[in-house]
Amino acid sequence: MTKEIADEVPNLAESKLTALVVDDNFVNQTMHHKLLDRLGIRNDVVCNGQEAVDVHCSGRNYDLILMDMEMPILNGIQATKRLREMGIESKIAGVTTRANEGDKKEFMEAGLNDFQEKPLTISKLLSILHRLDFYVQT
Amino acid sequence: MDTLVAQLQRQFRDYTISLYHQGFLDDQFTELKKLQDECSPDFVAEVVSLFFEDCEKLIGNMARALDQTGNVDFNLVGSSVHQLKGSSSSVGAKRVKGLCITFKECCDSQNFEGCVRCLQQVDIEYKSLKAKLQDLFNLEQQIVQAGGRIPQVDI
Repeated sequence: MTKEIADEVPNLAESKLTALVVDDNFVNQTMHHKLLDRLGIRNDVVCNGQEAVDVHCSGRNYDLILMDMEMPILNGIQATKRLREMGIESKIAGVTTRANEGDKKEFMEAGLNDFQEKPLTISKLLSILHRLDFYVQT
Repeated sequence: MDTLVAQLQRQFRDYTISLYHQGFLDDQFTELKKLQDECSPDFVAEVVSLFFEDCEKLIGNMARALDQTGNVDFNLVGSSVHQLKGSSSSVGAKRVKGLCITFKECCDSQNFEGCVRCLQQVDIEYKSLKAKLQDLFNLEQQIVQAGGRIPQVDI
């Protein structure tokens, strides 16, 4: 990595933010985990909405949840609703490949704070963090 | 006269550019490369390897689902296509992603012949990309072994 690229990417490690990646696809899990790592955000990864619910039932909590929409066992819409019903107040950003307006509306109404289309990039992730007041863009 | 390193670097630059211009890769591959650093020097190769494993698994699922003559579950096929579209999009595999869009349309309209054609094309395309990326990684290795640095290529 060149110094120019390193200079562009903020390090948010001091903010001690934590995040949970919820996605059933290994490639996306790896990418999102690395993107968060690169920004200095400690993060865990689970494979579907049910695991996201279970990890919260075990007492874990996160500042940010990156929630995929289509997943087996418990999808992103159902998982988001369940987490809100449990009283989880973490910021939840829905991330999915191009969804139709109806799906997006349903996902937002389940309790999302933000929505972003995949594939995620550093700048898209920074936009999420900025919109959710975790990061001030300069 | 060019040194070996300079020749290899030029070859690497030209080959990388050709992969983008020929539509094998898109900007997302560039984003992927940005995530590689000293802590994870093989990150791109690792993710790409995961992607190709995903391709094999999902294409196998699609083939099995399409093999149920007269009783094809197009939702099942479509689900695998959606997965492949997602992962190809994440690594910048532009042609594979494009084929998945067409493939999904065939699934949605329950077009069996269209699905079979798309499956064949996706299989060819991911294997072609796999070979080309292997060549690219081999060039990187040769540059490093010759004592050079891998050049940053602006597309």
